[in-house]
Formats: sequence, C-alpha cells, structure tokens
Amino acid sequence: MRSVGKAAKKIDGMALATGKPSYTEDMVPANALVVKILRSPHAFAKIRSVDTSRAERVEGVECILTYRDVPRVRFTLAGQSYPEPSPYDRLILDPVVRYVGDEVAVVAARDDKAAAEALRKIRVEYEIYPPILDFEQAQNGGAIHPEENLSCNFPIGLQAEKNVASSQTIEAGDFSGELAACAAVVEETYYTQAQAHAMMETYRAFSYLDSQGRLVVVTSTQIPFHVRRQLARALQLPAGKIRVIKPRIGGGFGGKQTGAVEVFAALVTLKTGKPARIVYDRRETFSCTTSRHAMRLKVRMGADTEGYIRALEIVTLSDTGAYGEHAPTVLGCVGEYTLPLYNKTRALRFSGRAVYTNKTPAGALRGYGATQGTFAVESTLNKLAEKMNLDPTEMRLKNIIKEGETYLTGKGVPLGSSSLGRCIEKGKELIGWQEKFPRREAASNKVRGVGMAVAMQGSGIANIDTASAELRLNDDGNITLLLGSTDMGTGSDTILAQMAAEVLRISPEKIIVHAADTDVSPYDPGSYASSTTYVTGNAVLRAAEDLKQKIIARGAAFLEIDPEEAEYDGETVKEAAGKDPATAALEGSGEKGITLAKIAEQSVLGIGRHQLTGQATFGGEVSPPPFVAGFAEVEVDKETGKVELVDYVAVVDCGTVINPNLARIQAEGGIAQGIGMALYEDVKYSEKGKMQTDTFMQYKIPGREDVGRVRIAFEESYEPTGPFGAKSIGEVVINTPPPAIAQAVYNAVGVRVTDLPITAEKVFMGMREIVHK
Amino acid sequence: MLINAVVNGKKVSWEVAKDEMLADTLRNHGLLSVRTGCDTGNCGICTVWVEGKPVLSCSTLSFRVDGKSVTTLEGVSKEAAKFAEILTAEGAEQCGFCSPGLIMNVLALARELKTCGDEEINHYLAGNLCRCTGYMGQLRAVKKYLGVDGR
Amino acid sequence: MFSTRDLLQPETFEQAYETLISRRSNTVLGGCAFLRLGRKKMGTAIDLSKLGLNFIREADHRVEIGAMTTLRDIETSPLLASSFSGLLPRAVRNIVGVQFRNGATVGGSVFSRSGFSDLLTALLVLDCEVTLFHGGTMPLAEFACGAYEKDILTKISLGLDARAAAYQSFRNTTSDFSVLNVAVSCLGGRWLVAVGARPQRARVAVNASEFLSQEGGAETNASAAALLAGAELSFGTNMRATAEFRRALCQVLVKRAVTEVKQCS
Ligand SMILES: Cc1cc2nc3c(=O)[nH]c(=O)nc-3n(C[C@H](O)[C@H](O)[C@H](O)COP(=O)(O)OP(=O)(O)OC[C@H]3O[C@@H](n4cnc5c(N)ncnc54)[C@H](O)[C@@H]3O)c2cc1C
Ligand code: FES
Ligand code: FES
Repeated sequence: MRSVGKAAKKIDGMALATGKPSYTEDMVPANALVVKILRSPHAFAKIRSVDTSRAERVEGVECILTYRDVPRVRFTLAGQSYPEPSPYDRLILDPVVRYVGDEVAVVAARDDKAAAEALRKIRVEYEIYPPILDFEQAQNGGAIHPEENLSCNFPIGLQAEKNVASSQTIEAGDFSGELAACAAVVEETYYTQAQAHAMMETYRAFSYLDSQGRLVVVTSTQIPFHVRRQLARALQLPAGKIRVIKPRIGGGFGGKQTGAVEVFAALVTLKTGKPARIVYDRRETFSCTTSRHAMRLKVRMGADTEGYIRALEIVTLSDTGAYGEHAPTVLGCVGEYTLPLYNKTRALRFSGRAVYTNKTPAGALRGYGATQGTFAVESTLNKLAEKMNLDPTEMRLKNIIKEGETYLTGKGVPLGSSSLGRCIEKGKELIGWQEKFPRREAASNKVRGVGMAVAMQGSGIANIDTASAELRLNDDGNITLLLGSTDMGTGSDTILAQMAAEVLRISPEKIIVHAADTDVSPYDPGSYASSTTYVTGNAVLRAAEDLKQKIIARGAAFLEIDPEEAEYDGETVKEAAGKDPATAALEGSGEKGITLAKIAEQSVLGIGRHQLTGQATFGGEVSPPPFVAGFAEVEVDKETGKVELVDYVAVVDCGTVINPNLARIQAEGGIAQGIGMALYEDVKYSEKGKMQTDTFMQYKIPGREDVGRVRIAFEESYEPTGPFGAKSIGEVVINTPPPAIAQAVYNAVGVRVTDLPITAEKVFMGMREIVHK
Repeated sequence: MLINAVVNGKKVSWEVAKDEMLADTLRNHGLLSVRTGCDTGNCGICTVWVEGKPVLSCSTLSFRVDGKSVTTLEGVSKEAAKFAEILTAEGAEQCGFCSPGLIMNVLALARELKTCGDEEINHYLAGNLCRCTGYMGQLRAVKKYLGVDGR
Repeated sequence: MFSTRDLLQPETFEQAYETLISRRSNTVLGGCAFLRLGRKKMGTAIDLSKLGLNFIREADHRVEIGAMTTLRDIETSPLLASSFSGLLPRAVRNIVGVQFRNGATVGGSVFSRSGFSDLLTALLVLDCEVTLFHGGTMPLAEFACGAYEKDILTKISLGLDARAAAYQSFRNTTSDFSVLNVAVSCLGGRWLVAVGARPQRARVAVNASEFLSQEGGAETNASAAALLAGAELSFGTNMRATAEFRRALCQVLVKRAVTEVKQCS
C-alpha cells in the first residue's frame, strides 16, 4: 500500500504546531458582543425574581436575557443521532436552577468589563431547596426534574419523581444458579470519579447573521450537525436557517460531543441581530459543562474449577448530575463494552440506573461507560485470579473471546477480528511479567508491583450512526474530500485523506480536506463513539471507489474505449496493456492514455460537461471492538503510600494501523488520561454543592513528570468490515490504566483501592490497616 | 497608559490598561499564537519571553514590559518551524493548542539547560500541560531537536 | 482578575509606603501570580519595579535577597546553590513551572506567608531576617507568626553560615502544592526542624529541634525527633489530605530530612 500504513504527517500539523490562527477564537469578528453568564450560587433553587434594571443601565450593555426570554421547549445538549436517547430536560434558561453554576441570565455587552459589571448588578431572589448531592441517596430525595414537559424520544426507564433518569437491565442465563455452581466467587464494590475532560481549549463559539439573515454559529465542537439540530429545537428555528461551522478544535475528549456555549451566543445574535461571542473560562469549563459519569459498580464474578468464568453480574448506579446528557447510553456502555470480553460465561446480568443529583451534569467522555465498567470488571477478575491462584494473564487467555466466536448477549454475531491473545503475550514480554509478577523489593522502603488489565470498546454505533463522504475532482486535477467528521487533533482528516489517496492511487498531498460546515459538508454525526476511522473511513473508502470508477469511465470515454479495457494507475487512464501486444502493435496504439489532470480539466469544460464526484454513505451493522492489553509497573513508598508509575505498556489491536505515528500518539495520550483517572484526578464538592476542583490549581491532570514511561505496541488484526481492515483506537486506550495500576499497587503492598483515584493517602491508610490486623 | 517595548524585534508604542495582562495585549495586537488555557497560571500555554526569559503572559502585567523586549512564537518563527517539523514528524502534536507555549519553552530550554537528560527536560517543561499527547512524543521530539538521546 | 483604578511606580520607599497606607484598597504588586486569582478592586496598585529590589547579593557574611527577586532567580543562583546544601533552590524547584517561577517573587511569597509555602518552610531553618520598610528588620520566625499589617517587604537576608540543610516535600502531583513540607538544618550541633503546609503556616518544631540539638542526629534520634515533631504540631484537613495523613507524613519526612542532613554534615 502506498498511503495507508504510512506515518504521514498531519495535514494541519505545521499550522497548528506553529501557532497559526486556526481556532474559533482566532476568527471572532472584532465587533462581536461579549456574552457572559450569571450563574446560580445555589445547588437547587427556584428563581423568585430577577431584577436586571440596574445592570441594563451599565454603559455598553446590549441585552440581558432571563428565562422569560427563551422558548419553553425542553431539549438535550447530548450530541447524538436523532431521536436522541437522552431525555429532553433542559431549557436555555430555566426558572429552576439545579446545580451551582446553572445558568440564570445571559448578558451581552460591548466588552468584557461592561459584561462583568452588568453581571454584578443583576439582583436575583431565590427560593432555596435542599440539594441532593449524594448520588446514592438520590432516589430518596425530592424530584430534581418535576417539570411536566420533560420528555423522552423513546422509553429509557425514566422515573423523574424518583430522580431516575434512566434504568436498564440485560440478562442471559440463570445467574443465581450458575453463580451457585461456581468453584470460586468474588464480589466487590467500586467507585469511579467524575473525571474532567480538561481539554486545553475551553468551550467557545461565536455567531452572526449572514447576508441571507441565516444564523451562523462557529464553534469548537465535535458535533456540528447535532448542534444545528439542538439549536433549531432550543431556539424554535427551522434547521435550514442555521449553519454551523467548526474550525480546528483545541481538544475535545467527548466534552465537545455535548453542546455547551453555542445556544447562548446564538440567542444573543437572534435577539440583537449582532455578532456575539462566548468564551468559557476554566472554572466554567470544569463546573458548568459536563464530566464523566461518576459511578458505583457492584460486581459479582464466579469461575469453575478450571478457571472458566461462568457467571458475571454488574450492578451500576450512575450519577448524571443535574441534567441527563448521555445518561442512558453511558450507562448501557458499562455492560456493552465489558460483557463480551469473556465469553465462556453461562449467565450474565447487567442492571443499572442513572440518577439526577444537584451537581455538575455528566456527559460523554472518552471511554463512555466502558472505562468505568472496565475498572470494575477487570479489578474483579484480578481478584478472582488471585483467589484461584491463577496468573491473571493466563486466566484471561483462557477466557477471552476469540475471532469468530460469539458471546452470551451478543445475539449470535461472531467477532470479526481480534488479536487480544497476542496483545497479552506481547505485553507480558515487554513489561517482563515473568520476572516481575507480582512484586519485588526495590529499596529499603520501596517495593515494586505489576498489574494488568484488558479492555475493549466499539467502532461507531451500529445501526444508528451513519456518515457520508464526498470527493470532487477539481479542474486542476486535485481532489476535494468533503467531510462532516471533526478532527479534534486526532489526525482523522489526515488518515481519511490517506484512505482516499490509497483508493485513488494518488499522493495524499493532492487531496484537499474540507471539514466541517453544515452548509457544505455531507452529513456526519461527528467524531465520537470511536467512529471516525471506521464509520467515516468506510464512507470515504466507498466514495473514493465511486470516484475512481467514474474517473476510469470518463477516461475510457475520452479514449473511446470500453471502460472494462481501461486501466488506471493514479496518473493516467489507459488502455489495459498486455491483452494482445501483437494487435496493439498492429493498430499502432501503443500508449493510448489520458492523464488524470486532463480528465479533470476536460470534465468541467464543454466536452465533459460533468464534474466528477464520488459519494457514499456508510452505517455499520456491527461495531467491531478494538482491544488493549495494559500492563503497569509501580513503585510504592512503603512509608508514605506514594505510588510512582515506573512503566506502562499498552499493546493495542486496532485492526490495521492506518498511520502508525498518529495511532501511537492517540494511545499514549489516552493512557496518560487513564493514568490521571487512576492516580491523580479527584473531584471535590463543598457541603453546599459547589465544585471545589474547578481549576488546574485544584484539579490535577498529570504533568509530564507524573506519567512515567509509557510504551505502546501494536498487534494488528484484520477487521473484515473495516476500511483496509481498520478498527477504532481513540477511546479504548483510556480504559486499562485504572484497573492495571490498582492491581499493581495491590501486588506491591497488598492494598486494594476500589475508589478512584488511588491517592497516596488511601494506600497509606490501607497499609496501616493491614499492619493493625 | 502608553508603553514602549520591542516586540518580536520591532519597536512598538501601545496603549494598555493599567490592569491589562500581556496575553490580552499581544492578542489584541494580532499575535494570535498567544493563547490562554487557564485562569490560574498552571498550564503554560500562554508562555512568551520577556527579555529572553519564558514567562506566563497571562500573569504578566502589560505595563511591566515597558522598555523591555517581548518575544512570541511569531518572532522566532524560523526556529519554531525547525522544532515543529520534528514534532509533526513524530506525530506528537495533536490538537496543537498547547504547541506555541511548549515551543517557546523548548527554545528557552535549548538555550538555558546545560545537561539535557530526560529528567532535566521534563522538569524544565513541567509547567507546560498537554492533555492530548501524554508527553512521550513531545519528549522524543525535544530530544531529537536537541540532538541528545536523553540518557 | 483584580482591577485597579490607578498605578503608581514609586521612586522612593516613602512614597510607596505612604500610598499603601493612605487607602485600604491600595495594594503592593509582587509577581501577581497570586493577586490575579482574586477579584480585588484596587484603588492604587503599587509597582516596586523601579526601587531596585531585584538582587541576590553577598554582604558582610550575609546574603541579601531583594523582594522583587523571582523564585527562578533563587533556583539558578550559584551562590544559593552552594549555600545550605542547596536548600533554597531545592525548595522552590517544584513550584508550578519555570515560566511561573520567572514571575513569582520572593517578596510576594514571603509577605503572604501562605500555609502551603515551600519557601517559607525552608527559610525558617536558616538565620533569616526580614526587612520591612516600616516595621524594620526582624527574625523571620517573628514575622511568620505576626499578623498582616500593611507594609512593604524590601528584602530578606540570610546569615551565610556553614549550615547543612535538607528539604522534603510531599506532593500528589509533581507540580502541585505540597501536601506537607519539611526543612531541617544543622549548624554546629544546633538543629532546626520546620514543617509547613500542615496545611497551616510553617512552624519550627521546637521540641524536635531541641531534642536533636541535645541528642544529635543519629538514626534512632531521627525517628524520635520525627515523632516529636508529629506530636507537637497541629495538622489540618483540606482537599489534598487529612490531618491524620499529614501527621504521618510529617514523621516520615522529618526522619528523612534529618538523615539527609546527618549525611551531608
Ligand atoms: C497556581 C499556583 C501554584 C502555586 N504553587 C505553589 C507551591 O507549590 N509552593 C509555593 O511555595 N508557592 C506556590 N504558589 C505561590 C507562589 O509561589 C507565590 O508565592 C505567590 O504567587 C506570591 O508571589 P507573587 O510574587 O506572585 O505575589 P503577588 O501575587 O503579587 O502578591 C501576593 C501578596 O503579597 C503582597 N506583596 C507582594 N510583594 C510584596 C512586598 N514586596 N511587600 C509587601 N507585600 C507584598 C501582595 O500585595 C499580595 O497581597 C503558587 C501560586 C499559584 C498561583
Ligand atoms: S494561561 Fe494557563 S498559565 Fe497562562
Ligand atoms: S496537543 Fe492538545 S493539549 Fe497538547
């Protein structure tokens, strides 16, 4: 292959690396109004009155909007294909505020200072309700969403009066019976925290009316088409009157799969007719957008005498915060991306509830429930292996699903590809498992331990998300690739160009990628659910194939030969050589051919009269899982409990690696984010429900001295339904660090930390308890 | 108030507010490589040089650069491109939002550090957060740029 | 972010001080790293840049460090690297990052006497004096437990003795605030142990220091002194750790620091 599999540089790499204006804020019109938001200081309250009169008199203030100024139609900010599974539980501005930071009023002013002053001058009277902050108590408290017009597109198990946003159960086999028959059974309860995305570019958007009076919203989003639909509903505007443009994105990680700021800028533009811009500061980004769903997961797992896992149950309680964005689907993914892993089971049970609380809403974050589920299931498996005196790697090798096999709740669909077994073997070798498992003394007060875990994810959402791609042969012989997917630094624009170039047998430099603008781009749900390489990639593959056939046909027509007889090598279309050289020589045709450039030129001119385009839409019937085997080596300070991550090895099966450099950096970045979740990233609320970890000063993402050494290896498989055999990689890589590191710590000092993050204090207190026992 | 400074080698006289921060001033004058990522001084994205030293432009009052030299990525574009070439060849830039601040500090490191082992490099760059890359690729790129193998 | 109506760049300390005390909202600017976190509305901001306070100089067997000297200057000063076993450069090296330390000042750090301060803990085990324009010169220990009174810190000064010292801090991530920090020094058999980020302001552990001075820093004494320090000081709980964990850490870090000092003296 010429392009696929090559470590091509990102097409926007140099511009981004050298700080060229590329992001939303770099394009804001100079005269845009500054939009700022007045936020609730209370976790749960009803607005009794808002007095904006003094604020309106501040010089430079353009408008102040409250709940009285917005449509009373509820919507969801979740970026999901229509009909969204998330409940419609939001208003742009609501007379009820449901967490500290919930929006109370929108101010638009000439500049920052005037807007800030106006915020200070708005007087609000609240009727304060007791907030529900503990998600384990949420079902016993008063309803956070008692409103009558809350609705769902289809049943998601919503019971608003009990604060249940969604509930679900999946069951196969006789769980109690099978568990009772097991030779060894373990159970454990886990807690995972509401991790923050912490992308470096905070949320931001600007909007204006174009020359046709249409609303244009430029935003740093992963989901331009969903944002357009959200805005249409929230603002009660026909979707055709809205255009959403996405410039380069300064990181997303799923955060920008949920709408955030767009609607506020748009509202101001609609009310004033003027351009408006909104930029969230870091505090708003932490506490007034979304985070990972914090969860409690209870797992029971049993195995027979030979170490085959026969019964597995996961009971999940998920904290969706004040609003239900992604609540049902994240919950579902806890089971969906863990239950298939071990398919020797005879009984599976998954049940879960997502509950409303008066805290910052949860949403989509890389891993999307799989991360939480993996921590719980993998930790339990590690515990079970220990109980049965089995090496956890061996136990996994015995139990994992293999290519061509099915699993209990998988409706009989066989697994298309997997090299997970090889990933485990390779990882063991790289980390030095044989010598290091489970522990070694390192120094007088230091001990090292190793631990491991495996994980899976999906590649797009089967039977729901479909992506389209278009290719256009330009007059100059270059090809424009039109996409609606959203490269947020992942390099997806580049690898999709690599794929198109491969099919068209041209150099990727000849491909001009355009993404994304809802007026121009073909429909794509956006970049989330690990979909872009697989779903959009498949669309690109097919669109490129479509265009290639058209190029050949058009070339043949110009050559006046049968398309069947034409041959295309990326540069020219020519008569297929070699069928009968004698005849060819007799006819004197020899090299009868036409260049791609010529075809391009002729197609748009009088003779061709038909510009060549390739188009395709793809939606997967399956969502092939990528796999990772992750291995951690830690050094624990026996006197302080401090955990130092010495080495992390992740071996990845993402099918065919389309671009090794970009795949590696995805993996390294995901592992680091997983390390953050495992060891450092803690979320704290005050008693009154204010998030305290709302800055980088208090919420500690790992710095470069905190991640240790991370090593990535690939064990390619070939996914038959994937473009060139590829599957996804973006999300799966975040899943293994929490359970692998937790087990490494356990192996080192005997302390099993089941609530993330694994802080030194927890390890220390655990060690102290062991001594006292 | 009016300040006189040398910004990227050019003399400028700029009107700034008394409580204006350098990051805003530079952006307002079209130096868009200067960006901010936090409100607390933790992320390093806003790094520029004042008198050749890397500082946080988000926390530096603009009036304080009166009579001084200020350098942003735009002012060292050649050297920056050299490092950026290595960074992109490594595939180690993702969203790119942190790149300008990182590059300004890498170039400062190249001038200032005498020993460049992995630890020294990571320590010098500790104030540059990146959420995308996990830092390993950045370290590989810095080492290639410095022509050291780290250890 | 703070805001200010006026700005003064005084050429004399008198002018600076008079302006400072003339209105409650008038404020001295250090490196502003901390000030910018608040929303203070200043009447007049007083910038000390023109008072020549950026220096580390040796005079009369003492080192003087001007208030506008940055933490990075401390870190890279050859004089400080070779004094007190390099205590001060080590104490400041994990404060956020190089760019940050190029801005944050000694004056701002010492004057604000923050609980988490690394610098304050380290300075407490040295012969350190603080000079305030109005309040005059006093030992740091006295200044450190004093109340905030408007004044201008002009410099600190350190006795350039042959003291051996060690610094230990425990952080959840490398560039985070200390969960606890400890400095220990020894000069001619006189030991000093200071503990900061308890999370309250750093203090000298008097009993532990006395004990070491009498018994010496041998290994068993290090552990005993560590226990004393843990017992005599108070510890609190905040977002980063509980009081209980801090007390335990105190014992470990004091022991380690004493052992380190013993090794290099
Ligand atoms: C994100 C972050 C992380 C930090 N982490 C650490 C850490 O890990 N360890 C640590 O030790 N410190 C830490 N600090 C504190 C930092 O090191 C400085 O001590 C702090 O910023 C104050 O220094 P400054 O020069 O910026 O002072 P400013 O913010 O300018 O001033 C602080 C206070 O001191 C007053 N002041 C300043 N100079 C004088 C003077 N000469 N005379 C009288 N009053 C004066 C000001 O009026 C103000 O009240 C951190 C700070 C931040 C923002
Ligand atoms: S913007 Fe984060 S440190 Fe300056
Ligand atoms: S590349 Fe995105 S933050 Fe560094």
